[in-house]
Amino acid sequence: MMLLSGDPPRSRVLTLVLVVIILALAATPFLFPGAKALNVAAKICVFAALVASYDLLLGYTGSVSFAHTMFYGIGSYAIAIALYGMGPNWAAVATGIVVGLPLAALLALAIGLFSLRVAAIFFAMITLAVASAFQVLASQLSWLTGGEDGRSFQLPELLRPGTVLISKSLFGFEVNGRILTFYLVFAVSALMILALLRVVNSPFGRVLQAIRENRFRAEALGFRTVFHLTYANCLAALVAASAGILNALWLRYAGPDTSLSFSIMLDILLMVVIGGMGTIYGAIIGATIFILAQNYLQSLMGVASKAASEAGLPLLPGLLHPDRWLLWLGLLFIASVYFFPTGVVGRLRSGGGTKP
Amino acid sequence: MTELAATDPLPKPKRDIAPILLPIALALVTIPLIGSPSTWLTLTAASLAMGMMIFIMASGLTLVFGLMDVLNFGHGAFIAVGAYVATLVLAPFAASMQADSLWMNLAVLAPAALLSMAVSGALGLIVERVLILPVYGQHLKQILMTTGGLIVAEQTMYALWGPQIIPVPLPTSLRGSFIFGDVAIAKYRVLAMLIGLAVFVAIQLVLNRTKLGLLIRAGVENREMVEALGYRIRRLFLGVFMTGSALAGLGGVMWALYREQVHASMSDELTVLIFVVVIIGGLGSIGGCFIGAILVAMVANYGGFLVPKLALVSNILLMVAILMWRPRGLYAVTSR
Repeated sequence: MMLLSGDPPRSRVLTLVLVVIILALAATPFLFPGAKALNVAAKICVFAALVASYDLLLGYTGSVSFAHTMFYGIGSYAIAIALYGMGPNWAAVATGIVVGLPLAALLALAIGLFSLRVAAIFFAMITLAVASAFQVLASQLSWLTGGEDGRSFQLPELLRPGTVLISKSLFGFEVNGRILTFYLVFAVSALMILALLRVVNSPFGRVLQAIRENRFRAEALGFRTVFHLTYANCLAALVAASAGILNALWLRYAGPDTSLSFSIMLDILLMVVIGGMGTIYGAIIGATIFILAQNYLQSLMGVASKAASEAGLPLLPGLLHPDRWLLWLGLLFIASVYFFPTGVVGRLRSGGGTKP
Repeated sequence: MTELAATDPLPKPKRDIAPILLPIALALVTIPLIGSPSTWLTLTAASLAMGMMIFIMASGLTLVFGLMDVLNFGHGAFIAVGAYVATLVLAPFAASMQADSLWMNLAVLAPAALLSMAVSGALGLIVERVLILPVYGQHLKQILMTTGGLIVAEQTMYALWGPQIIPVPLPTSLRGSFIFGDVAIAKYRVLAMLIGLAVFVAIQLVLNRTKLGLLIRAGVENREMVEALGYRIRRLFLGVFMTGSALAGLGGVMWALYREQVHASMSDELTVLIFVVVIIGGLGSIGGCFIGAILVAMVANYGGFLVPKLALVSNILLMVAILMWRPRGLYAVTSR
């Protein structure tokens, strides 16, 4: 209870689902052999933390930010550039963290002070503009970021797949640097989600919810709403940058497509909405559903598209083409905003299936 | 406050001209920086033409926000749809586009532009009914819904037209430039300027000189009051939304001809651009939008010439500077 900050899932089904997800993630290296399963599991961990941090903004303060991938990208690039430039050692990892996190927080502070002060709706537009400028900047400054190609780098010795920590003869499976990296990602993500849970259930989190419900009234109660919103924005940026660091460490790469592109922003939005806004737990559910679907449904779409084109149907092959995955996602997105505004978690909490 | 007799005319509202002087001042300041007057004139003409096109695209967005308090994140989709629909007309009539006669060219261009406006206007009707009506008055959901709409529209365009770039050649009579001494001004830019000015004047006339415009302006000020007076404000909103979408479609056609290509991702890059313009101008203000569009285009053109590296972030810098000066944009129309 202490661990969950007095905010348990409050639904038996939800608890069960969460426990299953977390156990499955923790046991992935042993349960599901193969690189793909481990990749998917690591991505779920990273995105669960990233989406949870976005939920702090969208779900708890009600402000829509389109710059979340920017902070994610700052984290990714900071560690990638540090490891690329300084070579694979722990000093480089530390440098990346020491440079990346404050940079993300400062930028979030600047954006927050600048746009949260004005009308709330400005925030969404300004973050979109700033994020797109940042994206262009990252792809143009190729001497630093590697341009469109991004930066590949090597990890410190301990985290490399070649490093065998516990040989196969001991337990029947090998524990190598790759699995250690996975557990690093898993543990840090879990810690960040627990920390966010703590934040939203603190008095500070209550003020954020008050601002979401009625900013004017919160201000009338004497809270400096701009301070609270900016603080939340910085916190979310810090967690997002950390998630970016984890992602870059896992992929051993940072580039515009994996860390900055607008489609990642849309993915995050979708995961929050599907999982349930303003619940933090929704982030875990949303990320799991989405990434599983992204990795395994897309191949299904390819099969369907091929079948449709062989049957000679017009238009359908184009619509079902795996590259058109976002189209169906968009439709799902609209439908979930419309029909399930509280997301999976909201549904489960309100007692399964019945209207909240 | 001075006492007014019943027969006295109402005091004129104070005119705020500082924002109008801003682009003029910017243009004057850059003369010595650029050095050559002919280059400066060419750049200024280019900025004005680009600004007019951006204005046409952004005007709908700002009107819709001012009147309906709806922020349409999918506005860029109307632009791309307009451009794609125009290619449907322009491609089969490529022959008369190549003919070296202004009238032959316009005879194809005008129907193409009208069809684009009709299609994007009709799409506006659907979007308003399906996506915006259910979440009326809820900003958060509006943003989410219209973002979803943007994704769906963009992906549908990919599915229908494919991911490749479609070339849209300028008609022959609009190629080349008018040459005055050593100043060259592209013909198409002159046309763009004329259309942009016409749209601006038309919007201003409708808003300020007709009963419809009176109702729209009253609706911006106080929706409940207009409703209480017995006008169906929802109808009015729908009309404004469709007009805004149609204008975005027109802007899309013009932009496609300007860049001589169409691509589904154009909606993304233009969405950012028109957002910057609308924020600079002050949400809901047509005049502010006009000045904002010209400012953005000027900064892009002058900036691109003077400090090419800066051009990438020039929009953001401009926005920051303007918002430092006036936190609600050049003209703050609504109290929201």
